[in-house]
Amino acid sequence: MPFTCDLGGDRYTFPDLKAVLAAASPARSGDELAGLAATSATQRVAARSVLADLPLQVFLADALVPYEADEVTRLIIDSHDAAAFAPIAHLTVGSFRDWLLSEATGSAELAAAARGITPEMAAAVSKLMRAQDLIAVARKVGVVTAFRSTIGLAGRLSTRLQPNHPSDDPRGIAAAVLDGLLYGVGDAVIGINPATDSVPAATALIHMLDELRERYAIPTQTCVLTHVTNALTIMERGAPVDLVFQSIAGSEAANAGFGIDLAVLREAHAAALALGRGTIGRNVMYFETGQGSALSANAHHGVDQQTMEARAYGVARAFDPLLVNTVVGFIGPEYLYDAKQIIRAGLEDHFCGKLLGLPMGCDVCYTNHAEADQDDMDSLMTLLTVAGCNFLICVPGSDDVMLSYQSLSYHDALYLRSAMGVRAAPEFEAWLAETGIAAPDGTMRALADGASPFVRQIAENLS
Amino acid sequence: MSAVTTSELWARLRQTTPARIGLGRVGHALPLGEVLQFQLAHARARDAVHAALDVTALAAELEPTPVLQVESAAPDRATYLRRPDLGRRLSDRSAALLAQAGGRCDVVFVIGDGLSATGVQAGAARLLRACATELVGLQIGPVVIARQARVALGDPVGEALSARVCVMIIGERPGLSVPDSLGIYLTFGPRPGRSDAERNCISNIHGAGGLSPQEAAATLGWLLREALRRQLSGVDLKDDQAPSLLPPIQETNPQ
Repeated sequence: MPFTCDLGGDRYTFPDLKAVLAAASPARSGDELAGLAATSATQRVAARSVLADLPLQVFLADALVPYEADEVTRLIIDSHDAAAFAPIAHLTVGSFRDWLLSEATGSAELAAAARGITPEMAAAVSKLMRAQDLIAVARKVGVVTAFRSTIGLAGRLSTRLQPNHPSDDPRGIAAAVLDGLLYGVGDAVIGINPATDSVPAATALIHMLDELRERYAIPTQTCVLTHVTNALTIMERGAPVDLVFQSIAGSEAANAGFGIDLAVLREAHAAALALGRGTIGRNVMYFETGQGSALSANAHHGVDQQTMEARAYGVARAFDPLLVNTVVGFIGPEYLYDAKQIIRAGLEDHFCGKLLGLPMGCDVCYTNHAEADQDDMDSLMTLLTVAGCNFLICVPGSDDVMLSYQSLSYHDALYLRSAMGVRAAPEFEAWLAETGIAAPDGTMRALADGASPFVRQIAENLS
Repeated sequence: MSAVTTSELWARLRQTTPARIGLGRVGHALPLGEVLQFQLAHARARDAVHAALDVTALAAELEPTPVLQVESAAPDRATYLRRPDLGRRLSDRSAALLAQAGGRCDVVFVIGDGLSATGVQAGAARLLRACATELVGLQIGPVVIARQARVALGDPVGEALSARVCVMIIGERPGLSVPDSLGIYLTFGPRPGRSDAERNCISNIHGAGGLSPQEAAATLGWLLREALRRQLSGVDLKDDQAPSLLPPIQETNPQ
């Protein structure tokens, strides 16, 4: 069904719902590459005007990716909670924006509505929201998850310690872990992207991280970000897997490109739950996503990249994950060209994930062929912290020497704690105090300047 | 307290990883020296991405090898970065040039700037000479130098020159530690539409702990002979290959 809009004497026509959504998206290179972007700035505003007047119900009736052809669509439609949707069922996309921003809509109302909101509704309303709207609404949503630490409590910001090494050298990885712990980083997860993606290599790293965590009684979880099918084999063989990781996308075909489907995710979820390794919670999955992944697999079904990204969150929430993060600037400038696009996408992804009830974090990052630098990452991490982001990824000195891209540094976590007053997960914070890594006033001690004998001992054991 | 000083400790730990550990801090921030080191590494990587390949200089370095100069359908760097599809197609002028050149050969070498013209300028000629020792008995086409090139630009080039195999030497996406790494992609039966799974890749060819030109050439020689013998390339060639050979790495290569 075509949609039309008259603006200042000109008529704008959009052939279908996905054309409206794509044209309403803020400009980004991936939609231009796909030939889906608005053809003019005015047409973009016309699309937003059309979108504002569409009832939310339209997204239940008109599947952007056909129900019959796609298991992600089937998951979204079949798991839609009509009772949760009831309080907002009468709204248009535009009045949904107003409802989200209303002072009468608080954490409880947002949490109650989450399962009634589809990824497409979240994506649609985000296109009508400015950056401050995305921040203001996300801030109101609290999503708390737990395994050995509690992540997402109000006033808290957790971090993933990412100690990657170009040849998976265990001592090099341990040294990067120690460095991060001294900055109070690692309460969301200590998570390695392995350089060699094989079962034996990943198993060796899983044992190494688990021994390190056990020896120093660190209240966190570890993860080797290997393929879910590898994780299944590794769990079968009895290795200590805390979290199962997988990259996911918003269509069945894009997930097939990752070598996965919903069935294998269900199998891995059940296997990790059966291990019962979480001490204070049962969230055992860790997902990464990123705008452009469906398009890069040519599995986007003519849908804009931000809507496809929100559909990936529809996949994630079926598995009660501990952590979900968008790797926002990793994919490259053909999808997000510059810092303006990366920052906007980071805020959209965080907002959409939170609105759908996910424990949303972000890898604030960029590649060397994107128009961005650390100043831009400073902006995005500050904005996301205001927005109440659950966790951010930190690597030594912002330089991931295995994946060759730039993320946040351990130092950045200290900046955010100091400038914004956000604290680590309570269990981890207590451990930092007990071990003397943190001073009594909560500040981190440098190794040179009065760190406890405990910390010195770790360092000397390693060196 | 131990007698080992903190700086000695970090010096030892830094031997275990190229990661930027033990940087110290000023307040919560990086010390200025580290900030500037990082900015220098980023600047080098950015310059490598945006540098223009000096085709004349490269052709002179390759003499007396005959050279054809082509460019992709991406007219400039900004377009190249946004439109990988254009970087995989020949410009009209280049398509006409290659059609006129015609010919038939076993192997055509394409040198593409990719995401690091710096790396190509510095190392492609040497790498090509190292590869020459592996090509005894094979009929080699003219060397094609391609600007604003993605890996798959080798497909229309190889097809136009009726090459049985196309070998693309290309600049990889620069990292902070290595701005001048090269990759080699081998495709049997090159023609537009080939998928990445139908290619073999030798990546991380550089002088900072990566593969040497000789190591890369030896692997290429093995792959070339096997590809010609078995009439295929890609994942099916991987099973019994040399261990130094890496699968295609999507994140770092300009596909």
